[in-house]
Amino acid sequence: MDSAGVLLPIIAALPFLGALLPGLAIQAGRNTCATFTAIPTILALTLLLVCTPSVMRGEVLTFGLDWIPGLGLNVNFMLDGLGLLFAGLILGIGLLIIIYARFYLSPDDPMGQFYTYLLLFQGAMVGIVLSDNILLLLVFWELTSLSSFLLIGYWKHLPEGRQGARMALLVTGGGGLALIGGMLILGNIAGSYDLSVILTQKEVVQDSPLYLPALILILLGCFTKSAQFPFHFWLPHAMAAPTPVSAYLHSATMVKAGLFLMARLWPVLAGTPEWFWIVASTGLITMLIGAKIALFKDDLKALLAFSTVSHLGLITLLLGLGTKAAAVVAVFHIINHATFKAALFMTAGIVDHEAHTRDIKRLGGLRHLMPITFTIATVAALSMAGIPPLNGFLSKEMMLEEVAHTHWIGPHWLMGAVATLGALFSVAYSFRYIAHVFLGPKRHDYPAHPHDPGFGMWAAPAFLTVLVILIGIMPMTFAGGLVRITASAVTQSDPYVNIYHWHGFVPAFWMSVIAVLGGAAVLAFHRPLQAMWNATPRPEAKVMFDAVTRVATRGANLLTDGLHNGALTRSAAIFSVFVLGAGWIAWTGAEMRPATRETLPLAVLPVVGWILLVLSTLGLVVVHRKRFVALVLLGVVGLFVSMGFVYFSAPDLALTQLTVEVVTIILLLLALNFLPRETPRESSALRRIRDAGIAIVGGVAATGLSYAILVRGFAEESISAFHLTNSYKGGGGTNVVNVILVDFRGFDTYGEIIVLGIAALVIYALTETVLKGPAGRWLATWQSDTNPEGEAGDRHPMMMVVATRVMMPIALMVGAFIFLRGHNEPGGGFIAGLIVAIAFLMQYMASGFAWAEARQRITYHAIIGAGVLIASLTGIGSWLAGRPFLTSDYGYLHFPPIEEFEWATAIAFDIGVFLTVLGAVMLALKSLSNMARSAGETVNVTAMDINPARNDSAREGNT
Amino acid sequence: MELLFATAIGTLTAAGLYLVLRLRSFPVILGISLLTYAVNLFLFGAGRLALDMPPILRKGVETYTDPLPQALVLTAIVISFGMTAVVVILALGAYLSAREDSVDIDPETDRDEETGT
Amino acid sequence: MNHWIVVPVVLPAVLAAILTLSMRQTPTLQRTVSLAGVAALLAVAVGLTVEAASGAISVYELGNWPAPFGIVLVLDRLSALMVLLTAVLAALVLLYAIGSGWDQRGQHFHPLYQFQLMGIFGAFLTGDAFNLFVFFEVLLIASYGLMIHAGGRRRLKAGVQYVIYNLLGSTLFLFALGTLYAVTGTLNMADMAERAAEIPAGDGALLRVGAMLLFLVFAIKAAVLPLHFWLPETYAAAPAPVAALFAIMTKVGAYAILRMYTLVFGPELGVTANLVDQLLLYAALITLAVGMIGILGSKGLGRLAAFATIGSLGTLLIAISGFREETTAAAIYYMLHSTLAGALLFLIVDMVRERRGADTLVPGSRMAQHGLITALFFGAAIATAGMPPLSGFIGKLLILDAVRGMDAVWLIWAVVLGMSAVAVLGFAQAGSAVFWKPLPDAETTKAPAQAPPVALPMVAACAMLGAIILLAVLAGPVMRYVEATATQLHTPGDYIAAVLGTR
Repeated sequence: MDSAGVLLPIIAALPFLGALLPGLAIQAGRNTCATFTAIPTILALTLLLVCTPSVMRGEVLTFGLDWIPGLGLNVNFMLDGLGLLFAGLILGIGLLIIIYARFYLSPDDPMGQFYTYLLLFQGAMVGIVLSDNILLLLVFWELTSLSSFLLIGYWKHLPEGRQGARMALLVTGGGGLALIGGMLILGNIAGSYDLSVILTQKEVVQDSPLYLPALILILLGCFTKSAQFPFHFWLPHAMAAPTPVSAYLHSATMVKAGLFLMARLWPVLAGTPEWFWIVASTGLITMLIGAKIALFKDDLKALLAFSTVSHLGLITLLLGLGTKAAAVVAVFHIINHATFKAALFMTAGIVDHEAHTRDIKRLGGLRHLMPITFTIATVAALSMAGIPPLNGFLSKEMMLEEVAHTHWIGPHWLMGAVATLGALFSVAYSFRYIAHVFLGPKRHDYPAHPHDPGFGMWAAPAFLTVLVILIGIMPMTFAGGLVRITASAVTQSDPYVNIYHWHGFVPAFWMSVIAVLGGAAVLAFHRPLQAMWNATPRPEAKVMFDAVTRVATRGANLLTDGLHNGALTRSAAIFSVFVLGAGWIAWTGAEMRPATRETLPLAVLPVVGWILLVLSTLGLVVVHRKRFVALVLLGVVGLFVSMGFVYFSAPDLALTQLTVEVVTIILLLLALNFLPRETPRESSALRRIRDAGIAIVGGVAATGLSYAILVRGFAEESISAFHLTNSYKGGGGTNVVNVILVDFRGFDTYGEIIVLGIAALVIYALTETVLKGPAGRWLATWQSDTNPEGEAGDRHPMMMVVATRVMMPIALMVGAFIFLRGHNEPGGGFIAGLIVAIAFLMQYMASGFAWAEARQRITYHAIIGAGVLIASLTGIGSWLAGRPFLTSDYGYLHFPPIEEFEWATAIAFDIGVFLTVLGAVMLALKSLSNMARSAGETVNVTAMDINPARNDSAREGNT
Repeated sequence: MELLFATAIGTLTAAGLYLVLRLRSFPVILGISLLTYAVNLFLFGAGRLALDMPPILRKGVETYTDPLPQALVLTAIVISFGMTAVVVILALGAYLSAREDSVDIDPETDRDEETGT
Repeated sequence: MNHWIVVPVVLPAVLAAILTLSMRQTPTLQRTVSLAGVAALLAVAVGLTVEAASGAISVYELGNWPAPFGIVLVLDRLSALMVLLTAVLAALVLLYAIGSGWDQRGQHFHPLYQFQLMGIFGAFLTGDAFNLFVFFEVLLIASYGLMIHAGGRRRLKAGVQYVIYNLLGSTLFLFALGTLYAVTGTLNMADMAERAAEIPAGDGALLRVGAMLLFLVFAIKAAVLPLHFWLPETYAAAPAPVAALFAIMTKVGAYAILRMYTLVFGPELGVTANLVDQLLLYAALITLAVGMIGILGSKGLGRLAAFATIGSLGTLLIAISGFREETTAAAIYYMLHSTLAGALLFLIVDMVRERRGADTLVPGSRMAQHGLITALFFGAAIATAGMPPLSGFIGKLLILDAVRGMDAVWLIWAVVLGMSAVAVLGFAQAGSAVFWKPLPDAETTKAPAQAPPVALPMVAACAMLGAIILLAVLAGPVMRYVEATATQLHTPGDYIAAVLGTR
């Protein structure tokens, strides 16, 4: 890296940093704002000039900084002739635009925003032309799309602005996506994402089978950006932007990004037939079509827009020819076009600004009113028409010379002819710009009183026009060096550059004579031609584009809402089917060894149990609409399941299952008080059959899987052997299941109780929210008889009340007993917690929530919190001993009445479990009771309340 | 015997699946509970079946059934209990708020004043 | 023995317990404690990441029982990174939730939030399959509570669906675990990996079923088509800040896939080879398409954000389905990006809802902080659509570059790039409708009166965008860590040795 190279990142960064300024500077007024926008540009331009001499000497400045080496995306910059030319254009014209915009924008436009976007865009453009890394180039490339989106949509209140912005973003951004693909392929062929490497890989790239896809994708990016046919349609609509934007983005810089990239990659990609056919043809067609349409546009900016399209086509054509000479001309024309077209846009802006219209039909005769503007516009337009000695003439002449010697399709003169036709139209619309806007009689119906603007506004175009003339008269002096150095960068060689006016009576001479005369003639017959043009139907790109996006959006909407219609029944069915299918794929993928394990003998008891289980399950399905019956049957099923656990030597499971069963059923019962009693018969027979089908397949699958497991032993000994051997001496308990729960896998239990705790919190929060909402008001006014579906508030007979009161202490004793023996016998904190909870529960159901709560000391939240806390602290305690979380310790104690049991820190943990379970269940119940009480139904408010008028007293009890 | 056990699981699964595919929240919850039974039995079966050898250490007893799946099932039971409790109350809350207990969402009627969706 | 590893699990639990125990009536105190806790977690997460960055794999044997007999927490590069990501996200979202007052619109927001974090951290850290299930349940049930926070008809009904769908998932999880235990006789992942490697051919089918069912469970979490149906409604109906936090929950599924199918059922395990990767690849491609099309097809910002989440998950899972070092690295980077970007999108959705009272894609009156919100949306949109210069573009490039080794590379490129275009269109239309189109004058009169904007939510959202920008700028160093992570993942030997010791 050479010293001057260090300047490159600064040049690229300056506009971005500068973008921060306008937003602040606007506070200090519009001039300050413009100044602070100009400063970074000027600085960058100066630095560029500093670099210029060495570049002119043919050096290539480089700078490298790693960003993502793994990906090959690095901040590598390089500056050669091509980069210099474009950077110069971008910054130079950018500066003029900034000045121009200061006077163009009206006071009520947010100027700070405008300049910020403008600088962002400028930075992105500079980044493109300085990048030495194509991935970095991609970053800047898409950035131009984004910033231009903001600039085009700058006037947010104009629908054209928003639509134009969206269209530009989609077309150029979309092209950018194609470009990403192309660049990745190119990089992979060349083995590097660094341009300096890629440019040396011509043979490798062009011999690769991936050359064509890469070429097409990259060209897609270039053509969309540079508005080449058939992607030219977005450019005119982008003209909804303020004129400075049009002048800057859509004539001078962004639309040239595509050209730049073609020029940049010219050494690697050009020279193949594919390149010639695709690029040259596209360019030629674009040139012709653009020029033709421009001729018939009445909007000044539209006219200029399409003329831009046509000239871009011209340059594309030249690059497409693939010869060095043509490349030289291309470079030269880039310079010339930038000068006269930017000037023209600004004049158009001035006219618009002064006459308040851009419609040619409403203009004319302005030369009397705005002579300065007239002069500038005329010179620029003549150059665009290719009238000697202006610079436009020179490059057009050279272009015609090149195409004249190129054989395209059909007869060898065809390309020349087409090009001449394009040039002819170009002459015509250039003349029209002069004639119909400035010449002719002065009119009296201008929307405003046009006159020349202040110096600030015409200074920029004037300056450009001077360049037009100077380059025109003394091309070698003013452009020769730049052209040479740029062309040598493009062609990676030192081409012969000699630009002069008189080539003798070569074909090109006659071609341009034809063009000029023909153009004049066409203009003369403009009116009838225009009529003809208007009469002929032609595809309107905008309409088609809108139609496409509208259809796409509508389609997307239909698809999305159709797929996600909020039907759980459907998504659950899809879920089941998909799981079963995937499971089948997995199952059939490998062989099964035959059964290894001898099966247990059948016995009467399990068979009976099995039959009853199956019967009650099927019964449940059959009567599931009768909700109470279904609930009872569910209980029965649960009962048989726990019996099964007992039978297969899992007492703990049996106990747990049983207690959980009871609580669950009670919960469901209480909930059912508010739910409809019956499930209506809704789903069609077909649906039921479908579901039954899915269900049966699922059942078969489950059966098969579990049977396959049951008849096979472990391939390797299970880790539970360790638990069996270490339960007593390691965990200090003989009930291995419990030891696993509180010790070996205590962490699971820790999570488990927390799940319970959360469940309670969720339930509480939910009921609170519901009761505060409309549902609560609904509940409050809810009478069982006014409730159409009916609800099941049942009464609590006195006997039960008494019984539960008596049983309470016993239940507590049992709970304590179960808890203490848990470590050695079936039992433990969880089951104990549930048993005690059930005892309380019965109290509640019998004596009413109000009564019980009146006698309740601590809140259930506290109990839950304490439980979790105790469990956590027990775990943390072992840190003190330098042991990991939940490490247990134990010893032995003897309580006379109860059998000897060992104390273990695990017990403390189990207490945590106990409390959490108790608190959770009770809180859940309490929440339900709150709901019940706000309904004034289904629960006794005072003990042993059998007063039929309890609804009223319930309300009082509430208040 | 293993076949009995497996078919029992199958029956529970099938019944559960069928109910889960119903339209109203209550049968769906019943279905979930049945599926829970099924999967608990399945998980328990992962330790293979054994008679009269509960994993409670006794003098002189050498063979015990696999305790680990039992512990896992116990955890699973507790967790699913919590889940069931939540879904029950949630369904109840949804019913009270929407005045109907279908599990499907009708984008037209099920509007929410606050999210605007 | 490094006790810090268990702190991300225990600290939130203790805080939540304290919050429930004593602070239910004191919002300010709740907020303070909650924030302090998250801050502490962030610090711990940074510490753990720094430790893991050394490349060492630390194992924490709970209850002092050696693996595989007890439960272990394992801290390697990936789990540390995920913990850090979660902590960052949690801090910013909590700031937003407090600033916007969401936390006071219902009961128990803060305890549930802490429990939620506990579950997520546990899932990332645990080295035991069944313990993973437990933590899945913890984070799920907490998410139920957060999802229905503040109630509302649509939200409750969506909640019912969300819960039921996930209950099915949990059931499936147990089926998978039962099968795997029955075959391998262990629950510890490292041990399972070892045993699966030398499983007799005859048990192949069962092992495959176990592996497949487990994959499906994670696929539900990661919203892989066609198991994604729970997501759009849930995310659109949930309180937007909660949806923002959920951005990490889908990543739990992605993480679990990444972990299990590199460690236990890795590519070199013959019997399960090519079992899930093809399935995942094509499912992911469809997921991506449906997500991005959903962006274009949504009528509300909330739904749009939900589908953006699905789309980014699709992209992520495409990368994961490669199951090779380079794709995994790309996937992990993209995971970081998509989590933050998705969250940011939801925060913006909430700001719009707060100000407009609705999030439909129609012109509305100028909002408070209109410019800032517009800018944020622009940022979030280009991040999500994968436009430069934000991390989305880098992530996309990384993935496109990494999948070169795969057979379906052309298909992947076509779908990814094509769908980006769809997303761009969708975002452009939505954005210009909501933020650019001025309201017709007739309606401007009855624009909802706006409360003066609070700074805190905006700060949180901007910080989120800042994180995204940082992720792009520091892509180099991040990629170094991520590449090392991928290497570590694809050499499971170290993990196994660290957990089981050299037996």
